[in-house]
Amino acid sequence: MADEMAGEGGGMRKMLIWLPLVLFLGFFGLFASGLLKPDDRVISSKMVGRPLPAFTLPAAASDRPPLASSQLATGKPRLLNIFASWCLPCAAEAPQLMALKRAGAEIDAIAIRDARADVDAFLRRYGNPYARIGLDARSAVQIAMGSSGVPETFVIDGKGQIAYQHIGDIRADDVPMILDRLRSAQ
Amino acid sequence: MRRLLAVMLLLASAPALAQSALPPAPYADRQIDDPALERKARGLMETIRCLTCQSQSVADSNASMAGDMRSEIRQRIMAGETPEHIRAWLIERYGDWVSYEPTAAPILWPLWAAPAVLLFLGLLLLRARIKRRTRP
Repeated sequence: MADEMAGEGGGMRKMLIWLPLVLFLGFFGLFASGLLKPDDRVISSKMVGRPLPAFTLPAAASDRPPLASSQLATGKPRLLNIFASWCLPCAAEAPQLMALKRAGAEIDAIAIRDARADVDAFLRRYGNPYARIGLDARSAVQIAMGSSGVPETFVIDGKGQIAYQHIGDIRADDVPMILDRLRSAQ
Repeated sequence: MRRLLAVMLLLASAPALAQSALPPAPYADRQIDDPALERKARGLMETIRCLTCQSQSVADSNASMAGDMRSEIRQRIMAGETPEHIRAWLIERYGDWVSYEPTAAPILWPLWAAPAVLLFLGLLLLRARIKRRTRP
């Protein structure tokens, strides 16, 4: 009977013998590439290229006005920094935000889940590069923008559209790139 | 005394580890009064990925952002939005990634077809076996 089968589809059967090996190599390659690829946990916002969601937020700091989305569509590109006084990388990026401000960038901010006294203390300690600061106590605006953490910095073009999203703290060598993005976002 | 002091210090250290100074959002850890609505919200929360702890759902995660998302989801459900509408709203912001529920996007067609293809292959195999058996 075995001879009969071999006679019928011998070529086919011989090929089938290689199938497990091919499958094994396929899976091996898949797993190896998955293991060797650097871990990427960055979730970029799908809102880039689209208008900023409408919001009106109360003031987060004592000496800065509150922030509404309409104030971000002024015909001139601006930076929108998402930060929190309880976030360490936000403190680390403070000097870079100051450098951006010195270079002429206009920066507004949204403080996530924060308290006014904490924001005041944070700004006293690390400097205050912001024109306006809105308080997003329930991360609602953050979620509406597709932002997944603090700090993040968005370039908002003159029409109020999100032109670019920078995830994580701004390092010193990111500053020229952000300024470029800001210039090209007319 | 020393032990008491240690306990007090431990209690005092908790806020330093907290992610945020604010208390959780109103519906982060509170169920909707209407059990039918809560069931709907729960079903959605279990299939929405937490952005902070990326292998947990927002229903499982203790991250403050997951709490805010739970509250947002419950409030939208209470306002009459359907779970699928909220899911679509989140996918619009974070991509398919944020949902554990597979969509009908073309890239997933092979996944949906896999059970039918496997069943078909299995039937072919079975047929060949039965033929071989019954032939004397």
